[in-house]
Amino acid sequence: MIVVPCPNCGPRNSGDLRNCGELVPRPDPSAASLIEWREYLYMRKNPADWVTETWYCRGGCRRYFTIERNTATNEIRGQEAS
Amino acid sequence: MSNRLTAQPGEIIDRSTSLSFTWNGKAVTGYQGDTIASAIAASGVDVFGRSMKYHRKRGILTADHWDPNLFVQVGDEPNVRAGSRRLEAGMEVSTQNVWPSLEFDLGAANQLVGRFLSSGFYYKTFMRPKFLWPLYQKVLKKFAPGGRIHWETSTHGAYDKRYVHPDVLVAGGGPAGMGAALAAADNGASVLLVEQYGDLGGHLLWGNEDQRAHGADLAASCRAHDNIEVLVDSTVTGRYDHNWISIMQRSHDIAPERLIKARAGVMVVAPGLVERPYVFAGNDTPGVMLSGATRRLINLWAVKPGNRAVVMSANADGDAAVGDLKRVGVEVVAVLDARKGESIVCVAGKSRVSKVVLNDGRTLNADLVVTATGWTAPTSLLNMAGDRPVYDATAARYFSNSLPSNILATGGITGDGSTAELEAHGRATGVLAANRALRRRHDRVAQTARSNDPAWDKPAEMADSRTPLNRVPHPECYRSTTHGMVDFSEDVSSKDLIQASKEGFDSIELMKRYTTVTMGPSQGKLETVNAAAVLAEANQVSMAEIGTTVWRPPFAPITLGALAGRIHEPVRRSALQDWHDAHGAAPLLAGQWVRPDHYGDPMEEADNVRNNVGLIDVTPLGKLDLRGPDVSKLLELVYVNKWSKLDIGRVRYGTMVAEDGVVSDDGVTGRLGEYHWLMTCTSSGAGAVWEMLEDWLQTYRPEWQVHVTAVTGGLTSINVAGPHSRTLLERIVEDVDLSADAFPYFSVRQGTVAGVSDCIIWRIGFTGELSYEVHVPSGHALHVWEELLAQGEDLGCRPFGVEAQRILRLEKGHYIVGQDTDGLSKAPTAGLGGLVKLDKPDTIGLPELKAAYERTDLPILVGVQTDDPEIVPEEAAQIVDGGSNTILGRITSSRMSPTLGRSVCLAQVDPSLAAAGSSITVLLADGRRVTATVQEHHAHVDPEGARQRV
Repeated sequence: MIVVPCPNCGPRNSGDLRNCGELVPRPDPSAASLIEWREYLYMRKNPADWVTETWYCRGGCRRYFTIERNTATNEIRGQEAS
Repeated sequence: MSNRLTAQPGEIIDRSTSLSFTWNGKAVTGYQGDTIASAIAASGVDVFGRSMKYHRKRGILTADHWDPNLFVQVGDEPNVRAGSRRLEAGMEVSTQNVWPSLEFDLGAANQLVGRFLSSGFYYKTFMRPKFLWPLYQKVLKKFAPGGRIHWETSTHGAYDKRYVHPDVLVAGGGPAGMGAALAAADNGASVLLVEQYGDLGGHLLWGNEDQRAHGADLAASCRAHDNIEVLVDSTVTGRYDHNWISIMQRSHDIAPERLIKARAGVMVVAPGLVERPYVFAGNDTPGVMLSGATRRLINLWAVKPGNRAVVMSANADGDAAVGDLKRVGVEVVAVLDARKGESIVCVAGKSRVSKVVLNDGRTLNADLVVTATGWTAPTSLLNMAGDRPVYDATAARYFSNSLPSNILATGGITGDGSTAELEAHGRATGVLAANRALRRRHDRVAQTARSNDPAWDKPAEMADSRTPLNRVPHPECYRSTTHGMVDFSEDVSSKDLIQASKEGFDSIELMKRYTTVTMGPSQGKLETVNAAAVLAEANQVSMAEIGTTVWRPPFAPITLGALAGRIHEPVRRSALQDWHDAHGAAPLLAGQWVRPDHYGDPMEEADNVRNNVGLIDVTPLGKLDLRGPDVSKLLELVYVNKWSKLDIGRVRYGTMVAEDGVVSDDGVTGRLGEYHWLMTCTSSGAGAVWEMLEDWLQTYRPEWQVHVTAVTGGLTSINVAGPHSRTLLERIVEDVDLSADAFPYFSVRQGTVAGVSDCIIWRIGFTGELSYEVHVPSGHALHVWEELLAQGEDLGCRPFGVEAQRILRLEKGHYIVGQDTDGLSKAPTAGLGGLVKLDKPDTIGLPELKAAYERTDLPILVGVQTDDPEIVPEEAAQIVDGGSNTILGRITSSRMSPTLGRSVCLAQVDPSLAAAGSSITVLLADGRRVTATVQEHHAHVDPEGARQRV
């Protein structure tokens, strides 16, 4: 269980939060093709490297925020409310 | 014959407290402070059990937690480690892994057929013929090691968990560990000191008088220090990311085992060293033991380990064992100095060593062989932090290579030294650990919004200026000129390892998996280094080139009970649940909630709603209070239908889909005011819908002004349903005109109910009857509920439960998200038809909705009635092609309808079967096939809605 820094509640066990996955921009639903939409739905880079991901502080302040996390080492840097 | 010595100066047994227990049915007496093994050894027993494969007789080897020969059954608890488990009065201790008895064991015949049990024997012997596999399994189970699980009794009953957040966690309570704990605590850190055995002190406990006295002083200081919490009989079993550390605590007051989860700033790893056996023919004969075992038996428990001893020593600990043996009157017939190349070739004896052959050609009579041939550094916790230890040929053991900044090692695992040197290194490590941990604590406080100005300065970073401990040269003593056991718990010999190498399993990781060496209960603590040495010899390369296997968690076994621990699963109860309990409601666990399933007869309850009036507690319904000028935009986005033109005082039904177009939730939402709405959603989806709304408002639409408040528990929801519901409410609602014209279907009003103001009443019809849902502030809910029952007595008003509601809604054909839809059901499947508006600029899942409505192959939800009205197909019964078994759908809901007197169903079917009047075949669970007919509507009762629109 890693420690995730919430901008309000400070560092918390990841079990107190929900990982919402890699940050993926949402295409304009009225203009996007089905292929583009499904890339948004399903395709993730999933690198063994730094990713920007969203977390939700479900057990605390209920803020969504992003962090940068190295998926290979679980090192965390940069954190901001989304 | 008793082997108990006269009082020894360092003994930890209390001779004034005798403990009676049984060993294989015979009465034995030990003392308080004994381990199970020491008490049994003191009574004169040599043979404790039989080995796993060859069923060879086995005795004490290490006399500690890692002893592979001391697994016993205690009462109904299997696999107890007699080398470390403290003796308790009344224990019923027996041998494991023998059949039929310890003295006469049929499995010992395996020794004669040993060639069939060599490396990889499972793969070689039991592969063919395939049809014999079940027989092989049956026979092998008979010979499988391990104790007996008693299915009838729970071994322990209670387990517990605990969470701790020490600045510094010290693993190991020897001189270095205690030094580290004291120095870290003196420097302001909170310290958790964890010791595997029953007392602090480590090897000082069985040392000389000065060592014992010094150890006792350090232990007393640790126990007295305000900043140190001491855990004994507890093992650090794993280290995970961000210093998340698991500890198994035994012998706790409130639970025999407790799993502690620690988040430590810095972990100091100070496990000391584990003594390594020497490999020679007969090295597993009872009477062959390690120097540490000899010294512990004599000094801690005053047990005489034998009468005539041969000692092979490569280090000071072996020399000290010679001194201990002589002091207690054991005749030491030879001391072999391994530093000069003297060694043992083999021993003879079955139940006990009788003869010893030396490499100078002599054969000596002896009943005790003591070896002190070196150390295994238990680097497990360092491995778990990413370290890959490196072999040092001069010191003949492994040392850590690189550690992350939140892990520090000290003590024997890092080098050799006197007690003072070990303690000094520990203290220097403790100072460094406190510095790093306090800097981390400062960062943590500074990152927390409400306290981001810690009241103290961040300490300056301290450099690691510790003077390393020396690495004292040690001979590489691994194997004699004969073959013997490398892995005692798995019965793997050096011969097996060499054979495995010849067969091509010549890397340490492959050899481990092929031969199972290091995979037994000792988990490599005794075997790893010898296995690597034998492999290096077979491959004719150096130890450094062989490398090591990776040590993974757990460091010591954890019982499943401790992992499961105390289960914290809170149950939500509505404000009316006590009333339901008191009035005979059958409890139904539904998600987080306990609800009334029925009050005796659900069919009668449903009937009463159709004919009179009933009340149901629907509090678990998710409720969200939405306020702000942009609520309608939010509703437009999250529901598939239109919301912008909903007038104040009206409610509307809406369905939600996820971004992939799959139906995710539904419910009604009412507009209470210009900027005030109340949304309801399914009980199970309440949390997810709330999080989803917050996600949109925080992430994609931060400019929208909407405030979301969850009021599920704050408002108790009572559905008043049935033809008399209006009459009933008119008696207790004061300020709302309930007439059909003034309060039409799908409207909402706020008013006073039974004297309780601020109630929300909306008129909807999940049951298909005229009905009102009353949302009451929960503090007044019981009053309103009881008043409704009292005022409605002459109308036949009675409570109904979830089962009756399910019957009623199925009669009415209302589907339930998650019951009649599943994880693949897109909007067309649910039959939403005209509800879905595809011309909106944005709604969740819009492109998928558009795509779904262009498909013609999606299953369709339909009403179904079996042709035989008495047959109620099971929910999830398959709908199959009449001739073959091709699956064409499934029954999603089914009940006997009290209103119609026949069975009614909802089903998902292939579009080819969706037309009204289609005949379908339902495959029942008992294999019968019955015919059924697709209905025109989902609703079986009143499809026109005449009953609810009165």
